[in-house]
Amino acid sequence: MLDNVVDLSRLQFAVTALYHFLFVPLTIGMVWMLVIMEAVWVMTGKQVYQDMTRFWGKLFGINFALGVTTGITMEFQFGTNWAYYSHYVGDIFGAPLAIEGLMAFFLESTMIGLFFFGWNRLSRKQHLLVTILMAIGTNLSALWILIANGWMQNPVGAEFSYQTMRMEMTDFAALLFNPDAQAKFVHTVSAGYVTGAMFVLSISSWYLLRGRNVEFARKSFRIAAAFGFASVCSVIVLGDESGYTVGEAQQIKLAAIEAMWHTEPAPASFNLLAWPNETRMENDWQVSIPWVMGLIGTRSVSKQIPGIHEIMAQNRLRIQSGMLAVQALEAVRRNGKDSAALKVLEAHKQDLGFGLLLKKYTADVATATPQMIDAAARDTIPRVAPMFWSFRLMVGMGMAMLLLFGWSFWASLKGDFQHRPRLLKLALCCLPLPWLSCELGWVVAEYGRQPWTIYGVLPTRLSVSTLSVESLYGSLAGFVGFYTVLLVVEMMLMVRFARQGPGSLGTGRYDNETAH
Amino acid sequence: MLDYASLKVIWWLLVGVLLVGFAIMDGHDMGVGTLLPFVGKDDTERRVVINTVGPHWDGNQVWFITGGGAIFAAWPLVYATAFSGFYWAMLLVLWALFFRPVGFDYRSKIDNPTWRSVWDWGLFVGGTVPPLIFGVAFGNLLQGVPFHFDNNLLSTYDGSFWGLLNPFALLCGVVSSAMISFHGGVYLAHRTEGAIQQRAQAWVRVTGLIWLLGFTLAGIWLARGIDGYVISSAIQPDALPDPLAKTVSRAAGAWLGNYQRWPLAMLLPATGYLGCIVAMLLLRNGRSFAAFWASAVGLAGVIGTAGVSMFPFVMPSSSHPASSLTVWDSVSSQLTLELMLVATLIFMPLIILYTRWAYKVMGGKVTAAYVRENNHSAY
Repeated sequence: MLDNVVDLSRLQFAVTALYHFLFVPLTIGMVWMLVIMEAVWVMTGKQVYQDMTRFWGKLFGINFALGVTTGITMEFQFGTNWAYYSHYVGDIFGAPLAIEGLMAFFLESTMIGLFFFGWNRLSRKQHLLVTILMAIGTNLSALWILIANGWMQNPVGAEFSYQTMRMEMTDFAALLFNPDAQAKFVHTVSAGYVTGAMFVLSISSWYLLRGRNVEFARKSFRIAAAFGFASVCSVIVLGDESGYTVGEAQQIKLAAIEAMWHTEPAPASFNLLAWPNETRMENDWQVSIPWVMGLIGTRSVSKQIPGIHEIMAQNRLRIQSGMLAVQALEAVRRNGKDSAALKVLEAHKQDLGFGLLLKKYTADVATATPQMIDAAARDTIPRVAPMFWSFRLMVGMGMAMLLLFGWSFWASLKGDFQHRPRLLKLALCCLPLPWLSCELGWVVAEYGRQPWTIYGVLPTRLSVSTLSVESLYGSLAGFVGFYTVLLVVEMMLMVRFARQGPGSLGTGRYDNETAH
Repeated sequence: MLDYASLKVIWWLLVGVLLVGFAIMDGHDMGVGTLLPFVGKDDTERRVVINTVGPHWDGNQVWFITGGGAIFAAWPLVYATAFSGFYWAMLLVLWALFFRPVGFDYRSKIDNPTWRSVWDWGLFVGGTVPPLIFGVAFGNLLQGVPFHFDNNLLSTYDGSFWGLLNPFALLCGVVSSAMISFHGGVYLAHRTEGAIQQRAQAWVRVTGLIWLLGFTLAGIWLARGIDGYVISSAIQPDALPDPLAKTVSRAAGAWLGNYQRWPLAMLLPATGYLGCIVAMLLLRNGRSFAAFWASAVGLAGVIGTAGVSMFPFVMPSSSHPASSLTVWDSVSSQLTLELMLVATLIFMPLIILYTRWAYKVMGGKVTAAYVRENNHSAY
């Protein structure tokens, strides 16, 4: 039973973010497939490509509606449920969100109206331009959101100000070119591209298995296979792994993902499978491959990767230093001219967030006992087993999709894929994989950031609004209720139109035409 | 570059511009949502009504989202305090907004009267609840909201949701609803013809009267019955923002002070009246496009009146006046304000340009024939 505002706020955020992310990757990926299909139509003039753009566009629209609906929740929620967070880091975090609106979301949303309604009002080239602008808007949107998210993982270009009691931006370029944000952007949009490709590939396979709309489905399958193969390679090659060596938050994640309790001599071995034991802080058993981890993690044979125990020991020191910063800050907030306290604060400012971790155990950080400091240091490590397994499942599904898209691409080059029922059935069965792996990716990135909202700066439990437990239960129930109904409605429409196929366009050229 | 104090004032203006932009753009499609069940008598008529905003509501809604983002970036304390303090009111707005994307996109995808009727009422809720609640919120801001900060600037809301629903705030909610329905009605009159157009014009007359009467009543009430707030300590506009560094007192008639100080500010309430009246006259003469912009100017006048009456206050605290948030002490750092200003100056003109293009492409009257011809692609 959850009985406190922090856990309930986290649960609500996780539910609404995971739900939002059921719709976002498909939008990000499918929009480029629409661009490809329409570009082929404009270049070749073949009607089937326009029909493809319109039909897949229709499914895109059904998905997009829920993406918009659930996206507003995310923007509201920082203010409604994470008010102290919003105050403490709004100076930095708010800017990319606002710029996302100005630069990307306006463009995307204005163009999507013209995409659906402008077919008879725009020339072919103008309409293609609209589709391209919509795709650019969608992807820029992802960029700014991930710049904001990247900053939560690796808070660069900002400094704490005791006068305003918050973090303030010092270097916008550092925020933009944060390596974490860049790695996340590439990884996340590529995962979206895979999702879009899988969606078109699976449904096209279904038509081919039924022998319906064969030309339409063949052309869709080919585009999806090529686009998906390129994208899945990009997800894996440009994957997040490179990002895990940057910044401390990512080091902890890396250690937890790999269940690396101790620092090994370089190059570290890779735990293919293991059974992490949280109480003993060891693995009960493990199957390791020598060298591999060191090579993946550091791209070298000589650099060490810190293990969990070493990271905890370092964090313990930072907590002790942070205790001094918290006490000094309290003194300075009481009396802004206390120059001795100011000096201490200045010296220990970079560990202030670590000191704040002790607020979980005592209101007066000065009185923290060594046991409390130990416990706080233990808190800096997320639970290992969920990280270890989420990551492995995600990567496993990525590899499965690599094989599927490789096979599909190969078969589409040979051109005989419609006579390969096993491939088509496999493609149909794999439909849920990109969604599952995207959700697991979120878990690895965001659950793995705990106990922080902003790594090293602001603990999660201090980030919430002053709300009652009853309010949280009420809003959570509301979200679950609304979202369940919306999902049922969305799935019903999606299945209905996917089953009917391009006949739903009412052009008279396909099977299952809608009656006029 | 600009100094900090000027940036603070510019951002007060820019937030105002974004709110007015939201009221003009998202306002007209919300107003259309409110009027939908009343001006569309059968399915074809309702589809005509919905398709006047079909290609545009999505882009228009971004005024709201960007407005929220800009308040987050420029006034983080206001964003944090208002959104968490007005928790249930904000959730009501959010949940009402849920009905719009799905209502627009899903309604006509299935040819079933019950299905379509459910979404029609969904669009009504999505268009009616948000302006009503924003009006109520402004009514509460004008009276002060019960909240306070601790020494670490953690805000606590001291009131209840029901406390927001006081008579003056409800009156402001009525004015806001009337304005937005009026604006939507004028837009509908511009984009439709025949019976729908006539019904829309009838609604414009009714809501216009409510607007004028409600605005007058709220003005008298504000002048006579509601205490304003004044900063009673020395004001340092260029100081680092710290809402706890000042003292604030309440005074009868304080919200009229700015009109004595800057008599030109009287133009704002005047515009609030004139925009509405001129829009009604223009519409009577069949000049519906000009009427739309007159109505837009009227919206700006009313919103501007609320903003200027409170200046420099943004969110006064009724329970702990010293915690009140003002233009001077609830803002982001100078660097963030500068950056956001540059971003706004670059992108806002672009947004206006391509939005204008989108309306031009989709312009003209929406008719039953249009809906028939685009049966599978229109909403």
